[in-house]
Amino acid sequence: MAQMTMIQAITDAMRIELKNDENVLIFGEDVGQNGGVFRATEGLQKEYGEDRVFDTPLAESGIGGLAIGLALQGYRPVPEIQFFGFVYEVMDAISGQMARMRYRSGGRYNAPITVRSPFGGGVKTPELHADSLEGLMAQQPGLKVVIPSTPYDAKGLLLASIRDNDPVIFLEHMKLYRSFRGEVPEEEYTVEIGKADVKREGKDITIITYGAMVHSSLKAAEELEKEDIQAEVIDLRTVSPIDIDTIIESVNKTGRAIVVQEAQKQAGIAASVVAEINDRAILSLEAPVLRVTAPDTVFPFSAAEDVWLPDYKDIVTKSKQVIDF
Amino acid sequence: MGTKTLQQIEEEFETFQILNEEGEIVNEDAMPDLSDEDLQELMTRMVYTRIWDQRAISLNRQGRLGFYAPVAGQEASMLGSQYALDKEDFILPGYRDVPQIVYHGLPLYQAFLFSRGHFHGNQIPEGVNVISPQIIIGAQITQTAGVALGLKKRGKKNIAITYTGDGGASQGDFYEGINFAGAFNAPAVFVVQNNRFAISVPVEKQSAAKTIAQKAVAAGIHGVQVDGMDVLAVYAVTKQARERAIEEETPSLIETLTYRYGPHTMAGDDPTRYRTEDMDDEWEKKDPLVRFRKFLESKDLWSEEKENEVVEKAKEDIKAAIKKADEAPKQKVTDLIDIMYEELPKNLQEQMEEYKEKESK
Repeated sequence: MAQMTMIQAITDAMRIELKNDENVLIFGEDVGQNGGVFRATEGLQKEYGEDRVFDTPLAESGIGGLAIGLALQGYRPVPEIQFFGFVYEVMDAISGQMARMRYRSGGRYNAPITVRSPFGGGVKTPELHADSLEGLMAQQPGLKVVIPSTPYDAKGLLLASIRDNDPVIFLEHMKLYRSFRGEVPEEEYTVEIGKADVKREGKDITIITYGAMVHSSLKAAEELEKEDIQAEVIDLRTVSPIDIDTIIESVNKTGRAIVVQEAQKQAGIAASVVAEINDRAILSLEAPVLRVTAPDTVFPFSAAEDVWLPDYKDIVTKSKQVIDF
Repeated sequence: MGTKTLQQIEEEFETFQILNEEGEIVNEDAMPDLSDEDLQELMTRMVYTRIWDQRAISLNRQGRLGFYAPVAGQEASMLGSQYALDKEDFILPGYRDVPQIVYHGLPLYQAFLFSRGHFHGNQIPEGVNVISPQIIIGAQITQTAGVALGLKKRGKKNIAITYTGDGGASQGDFYEGINFAGAFNAPAVFVVQNNRFAISVPVEKQSAAKTIAQKAVAAGIHGVQVDGMDVLAVYAVTKQARERAIEEETPSLIETLTYRYGPHTMAGDDPTRYRTEDMDDEWEKKDPLVRFRKFLESKDLWSEEKENEVVEKAKEDIKAAIKKADEAPKQKVTDLIDIMYEELPKNLQEQMEEYKEKESK
């Protein structure tokens, strides 16, 4: 098995699917000759030609519309939005159009589009590059929203996303791109969309999270273990739809939970998870379900970033509050 | 200095016309190669659509139709351009552009169901190359670049054609769409039906540009302004744009100068707030049916009797289509839940059960 960074695993998934399916097209700003600003599409144009992997003019809404039009001709587009903060420019094409393709055609047409995009804080990008906007996407019926936290999951989930017959927003946390390597099989495999993964088992508290916060949560779990607290860490991997069964099973076992997200507190994924736990497992709870999130401000690029982002210490503190309730 | 002034560029966009208001050919060289039957068919479609529009307005007033955007005045612009298409060409319409997709193969009763918000109206039959009308102004324009690029990649000798209005030409998606099509040499044709008003805002307030057609220059594609009340001119420029798109891989922007006699939609718009009667009268003199009727009569290709036949046929068809639309099963929330995804996620599975129960009561 190869050791790969997350970005290598992502490139690998695209290479496999370009080979498997001639309808797969990869396009976006700088994805061709340049191989993408993060090199996610490195070498793909050279290998598969400009017909399959190509640069577009610099216009996100145009990229979204192009993807929809190509899908109407039977293609399986994998457009890249260079940074997810730019998604506001393409919100109509995503939420107003591709998400509603089945509805608008009474089920006659679908939009098998995978919108890939880097996001996430901690790498000191300029404004509107790092924002965690998955909550906006998860509110839109018709979309699936996938956020891998490991190279293995990234490859398997991206292959599953490209093969999915519905539009998938595939968000790649920039801090995870090259920060570590993991074992990734060279052959093709998929990881099921909508299925969470218990990244660490524990009996005292459930930490539900996704993206880069999975790693902060695992670090927090190690700290908690020093104090004899066994934390279970669930990586949602898909934030729409959410794997409710895995969450509830864990909460019924531990009786305590926190939800950790890098995004702001108001609305969003964590709020949704808390509501689901209240709906389904309130009698199992020994304490309120608390959230670790960023504050309800816009993402502060660079200078205040490190304090703004939740870290493992916040997770330890919040976990103890729930344990000591 | 060698650069053209703006005025010089704008002057190049003269209105193209074949048939004047009196029904006389003023541009013999440009006369398209259409048989007598074709000419009669064009008139038949325009008369039919005018009757359909009148009936639709009346049905809307009776509460029997739902969303409807009147088309009278724009028949030449809509139907002349559609007539230049091949069945395999793909149409991406705006919300008013229902006649084009009906003549491209969508059954009339489905058009009525679309008006009622019943999604069977959007279930385009196999082999009919259209998507249902777009509500977001301009969203279809970027999609057209994508369909056109797809057709090119598939090696098909076909085009994607889209319609919007003068207001639509102010949207960012308009510029992105025509620019993408140009950059990819995609076989696309963009029709802007300039009916002078975006709901109430006059075209003069949309842009400092004297024509919408000239916007093609910046995208590096062909642009033409055509008399949108002249069905022969609209047909001729669309046919040429189609051929160029396929043979030269160059998209075109067609601006049709036209007018909607009715309100923006039947949902409460009152054109007297922004248009004068004089203006209405002036445009009704340019009416596409009147001038084409005169032209056909001069060639002995049309008569009152023929026209009445078309009117009667239209009325019968509409009656039958409404009856068929009435017979469509009631739209259910469970049907809607069922088509949100290929496979239902857990939340929707649960909601499916909830709404099955609610709808069984």
